[in-house]
Parts: sequence; structure tokens; C-alpha cells
Amino acid sequence: MIGNAKKKVTDAALGIFGWVDDRIHVTEIFEHTAGHHIPKSTSSWFYVFGSATLLCLIIQLLTGTLLALAYVPAADQAYTTLEFLNYHIPFGWLLRSIHYWGSNFMVAIMLIHMTQVYLFGAYKYPREVTWMSGVLLLLITLGLAFTGQVMRFDEDAYWGIGIGAAITGRSPVIGGQAVQMLLGGPIINSETLSRFFTLHVFVLPGTILAIIGLHLRMVLLKGINEWPEPGVLVNRETYDKHYATIIRREGMPFVPHGIGKDLIAGAVVIGGILLCAIIFGPKGPLGPPDPTQIDAAPRPDFFFMWIFAIAALMPDYMETVALLVAPPIVIGFLFILPFLNNTGEKHWSRRPFAVLVVLFLYLSLGLLTWWGVTSPWSPAMIAWRADPTPTQFIKGHTPLELEGLVVLQQKQCRNCHAIDGIGGQRGPDLAEVGSRLTAPELARQVIQGGGNMPAYGKNLSPNEVDALVAYMVSLHPAGTTPAQDSAKPAVPPAENSKNAKADSAHGENG
Amino acid sequence: MTPDAPKETSPAKEGCCQTGDVQVVNAPPLTSRRNFLLQLGIGLNVVAGALITVPILGYVLSTFVKKFPLEWTNLGPISNFPEGEIRIAQYENFYHRPWDGETAKIPCWVRHISGNDFQVFAINCTHLGCPVRWFAESKLFMCPCHGGAYYENGDHAAGPPPRGLFTYEYRITKGNLEIKAGILPNLGNPGNPTEKVQAA
Repeated sequence: MIGNAKKKVTDAALGIFGWVDDRIHVTEIFEHTAGHHIPKSTSSWFYVFGSATLLCLIIQLLTGTLLALAYVPAADQAYTTLEFLNYHIPFGWLLRSIHYWGSNFMVAIMLIHMTQVYLFGAYKYPREVTWMSGVLLLLITLGLAFTGQVMRFDEDAYWGIGIGAAITGRSPVIGGQAVQMLLGGPIINSETLSRFFTLHVFVLPGTILAIIGLHLRMVLLKGINEWPEPGVLVNRETYDKHYATIIRREGMPFVPHGIGKDLIAGAVVIGGILLCAIIFGPKGPLGPPDPTQIDAAPRPDFFFMWIFAIAALMPDYMETVALLVAPPIVIGFLFILPFLNNTGEKHWSRRPFAVLVVLFLYLSLGLLTWWGVTSPWSPAMIAWRADPTPTQFIKGHTPLELEGLVVLQQKQCRNCHAIDGIGGQRGPDLAEVGSRLTAPELARQVIQGGGNMPAYGKNLSPNEVDALVAYMVSLHPAGTTPAQDSAKPAVPPAENSKNAKADSAHGENG
Repeated sequence: MTPDAPKETSPAKEGCCQTGDVQVVNAPPLTSRRNFLLQLGIGLNVVAGALITVPILGYVLSTFVKKFPLEWTNLGPISNFPEGEIRIAQYENFYHRPWDGETAKIPCWVRHISGNDFQVFAINCTHLGCPVRWFAESKLFMCPCHGGAYYENGDHAAGPPPRGLFTYEYRITKGNLEIKAGILPNLGNPGNPTEKVQAA
């Protein structure tokens, strides 16, 4: 009896499923999408980064939509609604935090995905369009990252838009008008925020979904790249047959047999985002977007730190080229890469140049990001009144030299010049400057400037210059002599003995 | 489906229709009513598309095309700016909306040289627009972003800025200092047609 009933239920369920399937063709859709066959070799930990990036996007869409429930994209209220999210709405702070960390994870994982695809030669025939749509996805993601940091409408967002405007303003001929278009008017105001909001919430997410559709369609059409073997070359005539053979011989449906590692990676990514979000919390908002609060020292979010560093390190005659011409060239190069290198070896061990390119890019980006974070080129704005002078640079010095030290401190030299590592990093550390430059050289440098140092001639009295130079000449390691001009006779004996005394005092106390 | 099932990738074999034959049989002659309707449909859509593009492009490009003339803006009585010193001032930008909040207020640096002789500098570094700060002791404007520095007359002193500070045109009306302002100065539109630019 029970068996009979069970059979009836099963039959009914099968009947209902059969009806549904007949009407909306679920099994057919499944077989052509999630159940599509992949080479067994691609069920690897190296192949999880694409789906992990997609997962990040889903998290971003979800949290972004929820944040939009409270956010008001108007310049007079956006900041308040961020605070409201942080402090009043239950879990509002955590959703802001997840959205922020999700963006970091998305950019990072996308870069890993792209690196893997590049090193595995997956961009070669016949997957050119898959690669090119991927490049578009990278660009849109960076666009979302930039517009996203404007949504956090605080002082950094305000000046960040200013930086965007300054770069845009460098365009020849149409610079001024392009800035107006970027800002939605003549200044940074509510219309600027509204247009960045429109880009961040409507235009870019819509576009990214469309391009993801194309990207995944290409993955289904042209298949996922098989694990490359050294010596197995891509040939336009034979590759399609070769791939069909692989699928016939060792193909398996992505769902359920290939998705296991993706699922585990996905859980790790969600866990990682949550962990970072809970431990580090949401970013900002920092000070309010009030341009009259000029104590701001704007910094971009992590993903743009390297551009911030390039802007500081680039020689000024190259700057406009670097900011306006280089990006289209780099992006264009990424687009045509599959055509420059369409066939041949896929395995990274046979492509040393590709490996070098990846190493070079990661080292450059890493180094530039590190410089961006530390930004040694920025003057330490309060060093002149806040940083102490280590005692060994005070004790044992003559009154004239100490007067020079006061000038050094008062005239804000330390905003750019550290003493023994304390102070700004813009100019050279002055701890041992006396062993590098002679008194006349120091005086010239102070008065005329040069080599990225402003001239102080108009701003210092002759007495101040004398004192400052005397102090700097005295700054050399104990037991060594100050720098000497090799074209002139050595320092007169009287001078020598005076310096020696200062030295010994310096040495004893230092 | 078993893991090792071979996959048919060729669509031709699953095909339901011999598309080629169907087309040949049903292709209407060029002069037919069906063909006329097709061409009329395409034509109407081109016209309709063009019509709807006009307001869309006009809306999107309006900020690109529009001119925003500078307006005389009051910075307050000149007694606020002691002779020989450089002080921060702020004004409400002419082009602002009720919902602009704090962003409507723009700061600038006023240098009172002597008498009625002034210089008014924009807050924005000419390198990438960060806010420059005045250091009275070293008599330098310094930028916190990339280390640009300017002398008290606005000339480039050090760092990456391509030119001296942006300036405002000024005048003195009834003891008040007024500047011609309204836009965010940038290299494409420095916002002061009267200034003589000092190259870096």
C-alpha cells in the first residue's frame, strides 16, 4: 500500500515536472548553461577566480541596492545619510563595510583571474572575444570603483572629483568644456554627485551585466580553456577539433561535477569579505565635503594609489601624456592582445616573456601602491611645529648653530626635510648634510633653491642664512670632517679647531 | 546525464528548420507590399530615432556646450585682509543650488600686497586640484597631495605643478574686495582671462 502511494506521488511529481519542462524547457536550458561540458582538467583551483569575481559582483549588487534604500544623492544630505547608515540603521555600518570590502575583493580577484587567463594562454584562438569582453569588465569595474568612492561623499570624495576634473582639464582644446560635462556644471556641487550616482547605480551596473552576459555566452560558445600542456600548440585549423576531442574524451558537466571547487572558493570569498568588513569596519566617511576645510590631504582608495604615485613621480613634461595618452594606449593594447599573439604555446613555462610581463606589472603596481600609501613626496604639513628635534642635534652646538636650528624649525624646512628620519621625506634628510655640502653650496641652495627646492633668498635675512648654514655645516657624523671644496685649500686651522670642538661635543652627546 | 557523455556541439544536426529553403520559397519580390512595409518601417524608425536623439543629446551635452560667465562675488571689506599678509577667504559660488549644502562655499587665498594692490589665488593646486595651504613663516603655498609649492606671489616654486596658482580677477567696490568667480579653475579653463600665466 505504502509503496503504491509513494509511486503515485513520484509519478505526480514527475508529471508536474514534465509539464513545466515541456512548457519552459528547463532541462534544455540547464544542459546548455550550467550543465555544459567542461574539460576535466579545468576543474582546478586555478579556475575558480572567474566565478569568484562574479560572486563579488552579486554581493556588490545586493549590498549596493540595500544601501540605496537609505542613501540620498544630494550634496547637502549624502554625508548625513552615510552617518545615518553607520550609526542608526541596524547593520547599516556592516552593509557599508561589506560593500567597501567587496569592491576591494572584486578588483583583486578580477586581477588574479585575468593573470591566470593570461598565463594559461586562454586569450588565444578561439577565445579572443571572451578576453576582450573581460577587458571591458575590468574597465567598468574600475569605473564603478572610482564612482563608488565619490558616493562616500566626504572630503576625499570632494577633492577626488577635483583631481578627476584637473586631469580632464588637461585635454587639449576641449579641456574646459569636458570638465563642465564631468562636473555637470562649473563647480563641484550636487549635480556632480547626481551624475556620479547615476553612473554608479544605473549606467555602469547595467553595462556590466550586459557585458557579463556576453562574457559567459562566449565561455559557453567557445568553451573554457583546457589546462595547457607545454608543447601543445594552438593552431587555428586544428584547435576546434582538438577541443571537441577533449570534451568527448574527458568532458563533464560543470554542474554538478565541475563546480565543487568554485563553491568552496565562493564560501572562502564571502567569509573573507565578512571578516574584513567586521574587523576593519566601513571606510569613513572622513571629514564632511566642505571645501573650506582646507586641512584635507586627499588620498584615493587602494585601487588607485598607483595612479596617485605616478602623478607624483612622473616628470612634469611627461605628465599630460602619462595621464591622457598612456591610458588609451594601454587599454588598446589589452584589447588587441589576442590578435598580437593568437596561436602557439599556451603554457607559461614556454612563454618566459609573458611571465616577465606579469612579474614586472605586479612589482610595479605593488611598489607604486606602497609609495602611494606612504607618499614620501608630500610635505609633512605639521612637522615644523609638531616634530621634535632629537637631543643629539641640539647638545654641544654653538649659539650661532642653535640659532640656525631655530631658523630651520621656524621656516618650516622640516615639512620637507627630516632630521634623522623625523619630519617630511620630500627633500633629503639633513642629519648628515654637512658631510655632503660645503657652506657656500648650502648657502646657494638655501637662497636660490633648485632641484625641487623653493628659493628662500627673499624670505631669510643674511643673518638667518648665516646661522642656518652654520648649523647645517655642523651636521656630520662624529669624528668626520665637514664636506670640503676640493678646488680650494683645506679649511683654515682656526676654523678647523672650532669645528673639531663642535664635533667632539657632538660625538660625546650623540 | 553522466559525466562522460559526449556533447553534440553542432547546431545543424539538432536543427528543426531548413532555413535556406524556407527563405527561397517565401522571399517576397522587391515590389511586394510586404517589402514596402519593411522599408517603410525601417524608414519611420530612423526618423523617430533621430527625433528622440535630439532631446537626449541636447540634455546630455548641455553642460559641455553651455558657457558659465564669471560673476563679481564679494569677499568682504578689505580691512579683513591686512596689508602684507595672506589670508583665507570664502565666498558662496554664484552657480549654486539650494541642495548644494557645504559644497557651495569656495575658499580662496587673498594676498594684500599694499594699498589697493591685491592678488587672489584659487585654492586648487594647478597640478591636480588639491587644496594648497599657506605657510606664513616660509612664505610658501604647499600642496598636501604631490608636494607642489608656490611662492607668495603664486609663482611655481617646486614640485610637479605645470604653472603658478590660478588667480581671480579682482576689484574694490565701496571698500569691499570683489573677485570674478564661478567656475572650478583647471588647465582647460583657468577662469581668469586677464591673468598673465607664469610657466613652471
